Amino acid sequence: MDQVTERALQVAIQRGASYADARTVRRMDERITIRTGRVAGASRREDEGFGVRVLVDGAWGFASSSHLTTAEAERVAAAAVRIARASSRTLRRRVELDDQPPQQGRFETPVAEDPFAVDLETKVGHLLAADEAMRHAATLAFTEATYRAARSWTTFASTGGTEVAQVITHTGSAIEANAVDGDEHQRRSYPEEGGLRAGGYEAVRALDLHAHAPVIAEEAAALLRAPQCPPGRRTIVLDPTQLYLQIHESCGHPTELDRVFGTEASYAGTSFLTTDRLAEGFRYGSDLVDIVADATAPGGLGTFGWDDEGVPAQSVPLVRGGIFVGYLSSRETAPRIGRRSGGAMRADGWNRIPLIRMTNINLLPKPGMSLEEIIADTDDGLYLVANRSWSIDDRRLNFQFATEKAYEIRGGKLGRLLKNPTYTGITPQFWRSCDAVADERSYRMLGTPNCGKGEPVQDAHVGHGCSGARFRDVQVGVGRW
Amino acid sequence: MTGGERLRLAERLLTLAEREGASDAEVVVLESDAALTRFANSEIHQNVAETGTMASLRFVDGRRSGVASSGRLDDDGLRRLAEDAARVARVQPEAEEPVALPEPGPVTQPDGAWSEATAGATPEQRAAGVAAVIAAADAAHVVAFGSFATSTDGMAVASTRGIRVEQSTTQARLVTICMGDEDASGYGEALAVDIAEIDAAAVGADAAGRAARSRRPVALAPGTYPVVLEPYAVADVLEWVGSLGFSALAVEEGRSFYEPGRRIASPLVSVWDDASDPEGTPSAFDYEGVGRQRVQLIDRGICAGLVHDAATAARAGRRSTGHAFLAPNPYGPAPVNLFMAPGETDPAALVSELDRGLLVTRLNYTNAVHPKRAIVTGMTRDGTFLVEGGEIVRPVRNLRFTQSYLEALAGVVAVGRERRRVAAEWATCVVPGLRISAWDFTGTTGD
Repeated sequence: MDQVTERALQVAIQRGASYADARTVRRMDERITIRTGRVAGASRREDEGFGVRVLVDGAWGFASSSHLTTAEAERVAAAAVRIARASSRTLRRRVELDDQPPQQGRFETPVAEDPFAVDLETKVGHLLAADEAMRHAATLAFTEATYRAARSWTTFASTGGTEVAQVITHTGSAIEANAVDGDEHQRRSYPEEGGLRAGGYEAVRALDLHAHAPVIAEEAAALLRAPQCPPGRRTIVLDPTQLYLQIHESCGHPTELDRVFGTEASYAGTSFLTTDRLAEGFRYGSDLVDIVADATAPGGLGTFGWDDEGVPAQSVPLVRGGIFVGYLSSRETAPRIGRRSGGAMRADGWNRIPLIRMTNINLLPKPGMSLEEIIADTDDGLYLVANRSWSIDDRRLNFQFATEKAYEIRGGKLGRLLKNPTYTGITPQFWRSCDAVADERSYRMLGTPNCGKGEPVQDAHVGHGCSGARFRDVQVGVGRW
Repeated sequence: MTGGERLRLAERLLTLAEREGASDAEVVVLESDAALTRFANSEIHQNVAETGTMASLRFVDGRRSGVASSGRLDDDGLRRLAEDAARVARVQPEAEEPVALPEPGPVTQPDGAWSEATAGATPEQRAAGVAAVIAAADAAHVVAFGSFATSTDGMAVASTRGIRVEQSTTQARLVTICMGDEDASGYGEALAVDIAEIDAAAVGADAAGRAARSRRPVALAPGTYPVVLEPYAVADVLEWVGSLGFSALAVEEGRSFYEPGRRIASPLVSVWDDASDPEGTPSAFDYEGVGRQRVQLIDRGICAGLVHDAATAARAGRRSTGHAFLAPNPYGPAPVNLFMAPGETDPAALVSELDRGLLVTRLNYTNAVHPKRAIVTGMTRDGTFLVEGGEIVRPVRNLRFTQSYLEALAGVVAVGRERRRVAAEWATCVVPGLRISAWDFTGTTGD
């Protein structure tokens, strides 16, 4: 244990904490953005600091600092204790933690090609080539090619005897083509949301941006001339590039147990998946819907060794055979429903308190039909690809998504390209209408690096594995166009 | 750190950049001391404090630039920061245009940006404020959720062009949602530079009262209704319209609806950005050290000006308006201190002169469906009411809308004479309530 951590825990206990933990985090983040042929941004950021979390008189306190000295450790630990005491003034229910065996060990994201060792010229060269390939293929208003690598070194120690270290590396790249004509603006992108993956520069090479660049450029231009997606109730087939965010918003967030208990009510909202629904075996979706929170899944942005309470990574069933069976939980919340933590507490750096966050929320593939075979099995519908916008209510019921493109499906064949597709629904009604989940041939681990929650807002990197699925009788083409 | 110390730190880093061979350089030093007390179920459940300093260096080598930033500010950390920024810059191809670093210009420290009371706020003070909100909730038989945050922020910018500016600001924000049985939900908020201006009991009473009035909401069929938007909701409209349309880069790239002289709103609507007005949350300069200018965005319904950073200004052949974000920022400038002109309508008359429609407290989880037409979807939240014959007759369940915010501004028929300071997602907005002739509700919520 380093001196700063050791001193922080000592002072916390001396000042009256019944429990304390300390995290020291160093983060390195490298980003490059090419915008229409020019380097619009190239940056490297490092930060380092520590945070101390304490329980005093049944209430939490947290303080943090970027100054890594033992004197600062003493000040910060004392501040955390003082804050906890202030919290206890309005306390109506004391915090009780579940029992967890002490953990020791080290976890490291498997990396084949260290992204920080690849020279910057190579990275810039890859991006410029992809950007040029887009602009060469079609007349575009503007283009973008991005690269990012993020690495964090975290040590966690608690008065419960846990002491673990982790090195997490996420690397990715993405391209975007934008076509504009009058008041019409169409975008195509590849892959999803910056294309971040757990791993090294091998993930960027595997994306092969250069090969996809002309395809999305031509599609963006073609969308300007495409007919508007008409309104109606339709069968829709969601590509993984849209389905991952549907899972994120309508399953990931409502299964966060802190939302259920109201602790995020003032910002993110609450959840329709109340604890009585866990007890009653609430039907969340059709029999085909199996969803897990799996922090052990290879390649996921939510994969780690231990969460930020020192609880080991695990796979937690959320929905099994369409029935709601579990939550994302923490050491504080799990005992309130008679369970132990599922290991989902994650903090966005040294200066943030851990919150219940998604890990990798995966819709498991179903043996039977591939995604292509599901389309071939669809007589009349729409195939929706690549998320463009999202919105869902504070209880995670009423959602609306837009995708970058849609194709008509007629007699099992893909037909016309349609622009501005949107669809809307109510979460359990929607998932109960799922009558096909694609098999593992199209299963992919996607994710988002921008999941916001908490105050101050924390961004989390979360993963979503899925293969594509079909839903019946869904409202599409929302609004006046 | 004092302002002078932040500037000296910036100058040390400038010297290191010059030793690395920079032809130009710009340093931003940011310091924050922030604390936040969150409460839920009428008790404090999270209570955090944060102290941090970071420096960001934009290193220019001819027509190339790179940025590095770090919180490691000892000698080794600063040296490495300068080396990193130089390396990032030098791997790039030469750009066609020079790197636009602004020249020094007038910077005026605005009144009302700093409060000793806020800077000295304690966890006990925040807890007392929370207790007042909870007391108001208890009295209305609802439960309180929310947060009370205080912060002091220091910033210094120095560049090889001669810019030397520094400022210190404070902010306090109390927000609460009160909820109760039978789907009761109400919102209240106060944002101030000076914590002494925040009346926690009043914020709690506002939210609790709204929650009590919203019990047993009924489902209303989606459709097009006239609406009265409370200032919280207007802030969302203004922030989206400002960011989608009035960034000079958005116009350059063709993704903005902005055209000089184009009518986009009712003649009752005038909007500007002004960081010097103490009615908002003042700040003197942007992340390039340029003094923040007042920019008229909409003048009686007509598109007026745009906000610029140094890069867009250079391409337009003019000076930045002081709306840059921290480099590197590929997405351009944006207005973040938004004001809408007050009207002549008494706030109560916004509702009492509405024959039939909806009163909307706030808009939640909004997102642009079609940015160029400013079509946005989202939900109403924490107090949506049916108005008939000028009276609030019942609460209604939250509704989804899919609405062009430009068409909404074009449909403004009355503007409230009183304004409220509201913290939107990233901008501070000082806005009145509005009555709008038509708003497209496209769905309702529920199991």
